[in-house]
Parts: sequence; structure tokens; C-alpha cells
Amino acid sequence: MKALILQFLRSLVRSFQDLLPIVLVIAFFQLVVLKQAVPQLGQMLAGGLMVLIGLSLFVQGLQMALFPLGENMAYSFVKKGNLWLLLLFAFTLGFGTTVAEPALIAIADEAATIAANGGMIEDAEQARSSYATGLRLVVALAVGFALLVGVIRILKGWPVQYLIIGGYIGVVIMTGFAPQEIIGIAYDSGGVTTSTVTVPLVAALGIGLASSIQGRDPLIDGFGLIAFASLTPMIFVMAYGMFF
Amino acid sequence: MEAIIHFGGTILGLLKDVLPIAVILLGFQILILKRPIHNPARVFVGLLFVLFGLALFLEGLELALFPLGRLMAQQLTSPSFVVGEGVETIVAFAWSDYFWVYVFAAAIGFATTVAEPALIAVALKANQVSGGTITVNGLRFAVAVGVAAGVALGTFRIVTGTPLHWYIISGYVIVIIQTTVAPKAIIPLAYDSGGVTTSTVTVPLVAALGLGLAETIPGRSPLIDGFGLIAFASLFPMITVMAYAQISEWRTRRVRKSNSKPEEE
Repeated sequence: MKALILQFLRSLVRSFQDLLPIVLVIAFFQLVVLKQAVPQLGQMLAGGLMVLIGLSLFVQGLQMALFPLGENMAYSFVKKGNLWLLLLFAFTLGFGTTVAEPALIAIADEAATIAANGGMIEDAEQARSSYATGLRLVVALAVGFALLVGVIRILKGWPVQYLIIGGYIGVVIMTGFAPQEIIGIAYDSGGVTTSTVTVPLVAALGIGLASSIQGRDPLIDGFGLIAFASLTPMIFVMAYGMFF
Repeated sequence: MEAIIHFGGTILGLLKDVLPIAVILLGFQILILKRPIHNPARVFVGLLFVLFGLALFLEGLELALFPLGRLMAQQLTSPSFVVGEGVETIVAFAWSDYFWVYVFAAAIGFATTVAEPALIAVALKANQVSGGTITVNGLRFAVAVGVAAGVALGTFRIVTGTPLHWYIISGYVIVIIQTTVAPKAIIPLAYDSGGVTTSTVTVPLVAALGLGLAETIPGRSPLIDGFGLIAFASLFPMITVMAYAQISEWRTRRVRKSNSKPEEE
């Protein structure tokens, strides 16, 4: 218990250092450039304290739960030696964490409104909501597919750059053909898929896999899953825009 | 009282975020792998820490930093600040009028990236896996410099109104060239750092800046120009992280050279 508290205090200090740049930037612009007083100083301090404690707790929890969970799952799958189960797990993890992502729901609704205004779909409640649901499913499929391919890549030891660069060339080509309105949404959906809870888990999974398979380097083969997960939604969403 | 209800809402929202993950993990662990979770109490407490920590973090940001950051983005882009006192709408301007916007974009991009929780997680892992050759702060610094450069260039693009895809395509060309010359071990990590930058802290502030610019400059559309900043913020970290590895490789090679020289003589 005492060790835990000591550790927490240490991570509190570290979080303070992490947040200092934001405070300095905001203070500099407020006082020197805009020449205004800081409003509601009390609320600012309370908020700052919450951010500080929150970040420390999060980092602590990462190391206690998310990292070991992801790595242990990877070890167990390798030990069990069933490839299909591992692939099923990778796909489910990608699909399941994305389909309920609040940021994605917001973007999908916005996209439906844009599509309705642009005359791509009928401007009715039902058409909009089915368009938004379709988009969410497509992005979730894309992320599931990304983790699936990413796991196969780790198992085979393929170099990440060929797949990623090939994917980006695909994005560039599709940008030329996809309807103008969907491009912005497609690019944006690549960024929203990797939430703060998913990233550590996926990173731990990749590294766990790479370090429990012989001949794989955790640094070279373990990373790259997140890059896949931010690439495939762009391709899938543009394809969705082209065909629907 | 209102604050407590709001905080409860945030927790509930996060619970929705975490619940599918927990169900998938537990389902596979118990039903398919048929293995008990190692040290379940510790894992449970850790998950609670993650949940409450993230909720506190987001709530605190919403309380303190975001409103002020958004307000500043608005003020810095407002015509009366850019052109002069009392000016209501911008008619003529030079790109250099927006000097403080570029500086703010770079500074806020850098500062928010340093505090990004997902990036901290990836940096911790990279440090552990590389056996300490990649330092936690070194990686975060490299990514933060990339976001700063990206967001600053992105605001410049909005001000000048040049087409987004030229920037993005030339960025990817640079990434491809760097991939062929950078140390092999850094490449997957560099690609990953493009994806982690655009989460909880950076996006709200950067989006506010883009929106403020697009709304006040004549001929810009908030819809098209507002979002482009995020694309910049996820492209440039790839370049700077690979550059970081190239520079540190070059430095160790130089040190090694100067160390081995006396022996040759």
C-alpha cells in the first residue's frame, strides 16, 4: 500500500511536468499577447488539479491493468496455437471497440447531415439514420480488418512499410474518384478510431505477440497496429461513399 | 451538485467506451482461452484507475483548459485582433498578419501532444521494448514537434487558401523517402505515432482554431478547411519521429567514429 502511494506521488509529479507546457502556453498568450486577465481563476485551478490527478491515475492504471491484460492475452493465444481464434479475437477487438466509440457516432451523424444536404441521400430522418449506421459499421469493419491484417503481418514478419505505403497510395488514388463530400469525413474517420483506451491495449497486444513468437523483434514487428487502424477506415469510408 | 451530475455523465460515457472492451477481453479469456485472469484484483483496481483517471482528466480539461483555449483561438483569429481595433470584417490581409495564430498553433500543438495520454502509453512501451534506446521523453518530444509543425503549417494553409491535398501528398512523399533511409527499427513506431496524436487533448483545441480561422477569413468554408488541421497533425509526427531516429543514429555514429580514431593511430 505504501509503495503504491509512493508510486502515485511520483507519477503525480511527472503528470505535473507533462501539463506544464499547456499552462505556460495559455498563460503566455492570455497575459502577453492578448493582454487579458485570466478569468475564473478558482475554476481554472480546480480543473487543473483534476487533470493532474486524472492523468496520474490513468498512467497508473495502464501499467496495472491494460498493459498486462493485452500482453497476457497475446501469450495465451500463442501458447494455445490456434490461429483462427487469434484472428477472430483481433477482428472482434477492432470491431467492438470502434462501433460504440462516441467520437465516431458524432462524426457519422454529421456525415449523414452533409450527405443529405448534398443531395446524396434523401433528406429524411430515416434515410439519415440508416446512412449514419451504415457508416459506423463500415468504419468498425475497417478497424476489425486492420487488426486482422496487422496480426497476420506480425505472425508472418512482413515489413510494415510496404503495406502502409501501399495503403496510402490507395487512399490517394481513391481521393480522385470518391465523391467530394465524403473525402473530409473519410480522412477524419481515420483519426477518431483509436481512442485513449484502445491504443494501450492494442499496443500491448502487438508487442506481446511479437515477443512471444520466435524470430520476431518486438520493436520492428510489435508496433504498426495503430497505423493500420488509422489507415483502413479512410479506404473503407471512401469506398462506402462511392458505392452508396 | 451540478458538477457531480456532470461528472457522473462523463463516467457513464466512458463506461460505454470501456464496456465493450471488457466484455471482449473477459469473453475470450474465460470462454475460449479458459484461463483465469492473472491477479484479478490488481487488474480490476487498475481498470478502475483508468476509468476514473480518464473521467477526471476530461472533466478537468472541460472545466479549465478547453473553454479558455477555445476563447483564445477565437480572439486570436478575430478581425479586430488581426487587422486592427474596431475592424469588423476582413477584406484585405497579408498572410503575415496572422503571425500570432501560427505561433499559437505551434505552441498549443506541442503542449497538448506532450500531455496526450495515448502517446504516453505508446512511449512507455517503446522505451521498454527498445531496452531504453528510445527514451519516453525523446519520443514524445519528437511527436510534439511534428504536431506543432503540422498544425502551424495547417493554419498557414487555411490563411492562404492553398489546396490541402498538395500538402498532404508532398508530406507522404517525404514519408516514403524517409522510410527508405531511416533506421528500420523506428519505422513501425513512427507510423503508429501518426495515429495516436489525434485523440483527447489535441483535437478539441486544434479544431477550434481551424474553425475560428475558417469562419473569419473570407472565402474559407468551416466544413472543408476546419478539419484539414487534424490531417496535418497526424502526418508530420511520422516525419519528425523518423528524423529523430536518423539524427540519433547519426550522432552515435559520429561518437563511435571519434572514439575509434585514436585507436587507429
